[in-house]
Amino acid sequence: MYEKDGERYFVVDGHMHYWNAAPDNWVPGQEQYAKGWIECFYAYMGLAPPETHWPIEKFQRYSEDDLMKDVFADGHVDMAIFQPTYLKEWYKEGFNTTERNALMGEKHPGKFVYNTRFDPRDGDAGLDELRRNVERFGSRGVKLYTAEWNAGSRGYKLTDPAAYRCLAVAQELGIKNIHVHKGPTIWPLDKDAFDVSDVDHAATDFPELNFIVEHVGLPRIEDFCFVAVQEPNVYAGLAVVIGGLMHARPRFFAKVMGELLFWLGEDKLLFGSDYAIWEPRWQVEGFVDWDYPDGAEFSEYPRLSPAGKKKILGLNAARLYGLEVPAEFRLPPEAGTPAAQEAARLVEHAPGS
Amino acid sequence: MTATTTAPGVARLLAALDGVFDPELDESITSLGFVAACTISADGDAEVRLRLPTYFCAPNFAYLMAADAYDAVISLPGVRTVRVLLADHFAADAINSGVAAQAGFVQAFSGEAAGELDRLRTDFLRKAVLAGTDQVCRALHASATVPAGHAGLERLRTLTLAEVPPSPAADRLRWRRAELGLPAGDDALLLIDPASGDPVEPDVVPLHLRRARLTAVSIEANASICRGMLHNRYRSAGLGESVRSEPRPHKEKR
Repeated sequence: MYEKDGERYFVVDGHMHYWNAAPDNWVPGQEQYAKGWIECFYAYMGLAPPETHWPIEKFQRYSEDDLMKDVFADGHVDMAIFQPTYLKEWYKEGFNTTERNALMGEKHPGKFVYNTRFDPRDGDAGLDELRRNVERFGSRGVKLYTAEWNAGSRGYKLTDPAAYRCLAVAQELGIKNIHVHKGPTIWPLDKDAFDVSDVDHAATDFPELNFIVEHVGLPRIEDFCFVAVQEPNVYAGLAVVIGGLMHARPRFFAKVMGELLFWLGEDKLLFGSDYAIWEPRWQVEGFVDWDYPDGAEFSEYPRLSPAGKKKILGLNAARLYGLEVPAEFRLPPEAGTPAAQEAARLVEHAPGS
Repeated sequence: MTATTTAPGVARLLAALDGVFDPELDESITSLGFVAACTISADGDAEVRLRLPTYFCAPNFAYLMAADAYDAVISLPGVRTVRVLLADHFAADAINSGVAAQAGFVQAFSGEAAGELDRLRTDFLRKAVLAGTDQVCRALHASATVPAGHAGLERLRTLTLAEVPPSPAADRLRWRRAELGLPAGDDALLLIDPASGDPVEPDVVPLHLRRARLTAVSIEANASICRGMLHNRYRSAGLGESVRSEPRPHKEKR
């Protein structure tokens, strides 16, 4: 929890990792991709305050103690949601698998939510693995990495028939939350691989599921916002927005937040540190202190109250995952229901600019 | 090959590369810092070295920039050959050899790409038109050419390009529109649908302007992350890079 100016925040880190990207985990023959991947992540860390930067060796493989200290002891986080990323084409034991996360997390009961994953290209074996993971780890969410390489395929779309089959099975198994990574990707080469239109269709066809678009569709925020205003079950994961912009580019951060608050509203935004890319502490503290800079270009954007920050930092994710929030952190009824679906509306008549 | 980056020919190369844009960020590859080096020999053999913010930057955009850089330099008088070399990228070999062979994208990525990139380029030009519209409208409000608030909406809707005071942003918007085959003459309206070129209906003007603003913010935010990543990767300015540091807010509350 975090307390500032008499306000108490229940913090759910909606997007974090426990990865192993050290050289002894690189698949022979794929070293350049394994190395390129972790170095790409590492460059993102450079967007954080300098005093929070790590050496690359630690960044490749950090310890359980590092994670518990950075996220919980120092980082103000009450509950953290593991988002696995397999990348077994490049990393022998995977980059950060459900198993790796859970084996660590099980030593710290009540601290973690174990999301799992599926890959439509894995067929029946993949669905069996999904069933086993849901049963074993109690997963209520999946992280989908649609750009992941798999046996010669360089990605898939949520609208592929095989993906729909997986979504249907996941729903039967009690999965509620579909986190979709729309990020650095490779295939199909000739299309816009960041395209979020597949989320639009899937969200319409699976209204019982929530779709959390990680990294707000960056670099296609505008396309994402147009999707999100039309789909009540589409949410935004703020990993990269806060970590990548709040310190390094505060004015752009303010504009992006302003747009997200305008198009989606505070009920649709979920904090995620993206640890270990960025430590949560500076993100949580900075976000609680955050306000728009001075300047006419910010004057039209919706303001964000402490109640709104409480939703974004934890209450929205707690609602989507059914996490118990202690009474002292809850909002009074007049502040609205966190993560309310009806909060998103197409803006038909915006105030004049 | 004998050359230095201070030779007069290099300035000419760089000027040509100023006209090559990252289609996604709608900004010149020189000002973004993507040009690591360029040289030209006395015989007119040019070499352009490109670098990108990450190892996994989208190969389609990377290909477009490399191919456009080739076209821009080879069209200069006195240039005999051009080699474009993208470095530190997972698809560098395919891109470099594809551009060298003037093969087109599909052949460069044999078996992995199904179509050329014209459609992608068009989609992003449309985004650039929307973002440019936002820039121009902001300037109109700032200069009080058009009143802010509700009163200005109808004025904006009927404003022609001839009535927009000249500025680099206005010129660029016209150029982008012309490239897409959209109305770009003096009598064309400032506010048009970037896909059809149709006028914007009165009741959707506010939404249109909001979309334009959102698109501009998205492109700016994306560019700012790319700049940060490039800097973290190389720690040095590119040739012709405009080094911009964002002004810190006056009252930053942390």
